[in-house]
Amino acid sequence: MAPLANYLVLAAILFALGVWGVLRNRNALIIFMCIELMLNAVNLTFMGFSAYLNDYSGQVFVFLIMAVAAAEVAVGLAIIVSIFRHKENVNVDEINVMKW
Amino acid sequence: MNLLVFYILAILAAGSAIMVVTMKNIFHSALFLVLTFFSVAGIYVLLNAEFLAAVQVLIYVGAITILMIFAIMLTHQLFSRSLRQVNEQVIPASLITFIFFVLSVVALAKTAWPVSGGQLPEDRIFEIGKLLMSEYVIPFEVVSVVLLVALVGAIIIGRREKSGDTK
Repeated sequence: MAPLANYLVLAAILFALGVWGVLRNRNALIIFMCIELMLNAVNLTFMGFSAYLNDYSGQVFVFLIMAVAAAEVAVGLAIIVSIFRHKENVNVDEINVMKW
Repeated sequence: MNLLVFYILAILAAGSAIMVVTMKNIFHSALFLVLTFFSVAGIYVLLNAEFLAAVQVLIYVGAITILMIFAIMLTHQLFSRSLRQVNEQVIPASLITFIFFVLSVVALAKTAWPVSGGQLPEDRIFEIGKLLMSEYVIPFEVVSVVLLVALVGAIIIGRREKSGDTK
């Protein structure tokens, strides 16, 4: 197996790309994809540690995170589609009715 | 050999993740997201976690990206044209992300991670199942309720309101 640091650096790269995407894109759907990217990066860290510490708890947590990610995507996409119905637009810098 | 496969998968994952963020057409972003998820599943196989690699392919590649593509289709006017996808804060966002990335890599390099030798027991799926049903039984049950509530919520939010219906 490759050294643990390789997996952690790859996870850091994926997480940073996710953060970059969330901060720079204005399309709500791309922001969603980048959130999935960040969740995947965290899963990768869990898996790396699970394999190198000989502990299955990490894999159980990855399993739970995947379930929560699926729930989040279902609700989030429903919200995006219903916003689109009302405003014909999913750009986050134009959805500011709830802004103080 | 193992290291070579890891590097190929890592470059594939990182490269397609860059494409996800920078593509003008969000449909292409979604397709590159599939590639990223596949590469991450390959890395799970390298880490001797075949079960979670299969779950990754089923849930992320099979369900989540398909749902994304559905949402892109439903918001159709956005995906045919290549619109401006970046907001006004591109430069500060890139700067902050870069600083964050450098800091996290430095922190990773400076920490001595504990690594225990030896191998995981052979019967991996059996072990995960045992953990899910003993030590982590409460999170497991809670997550099933979370999924149920999320699905009900998604249906209620996504439902088209009839005119004259109670708001």
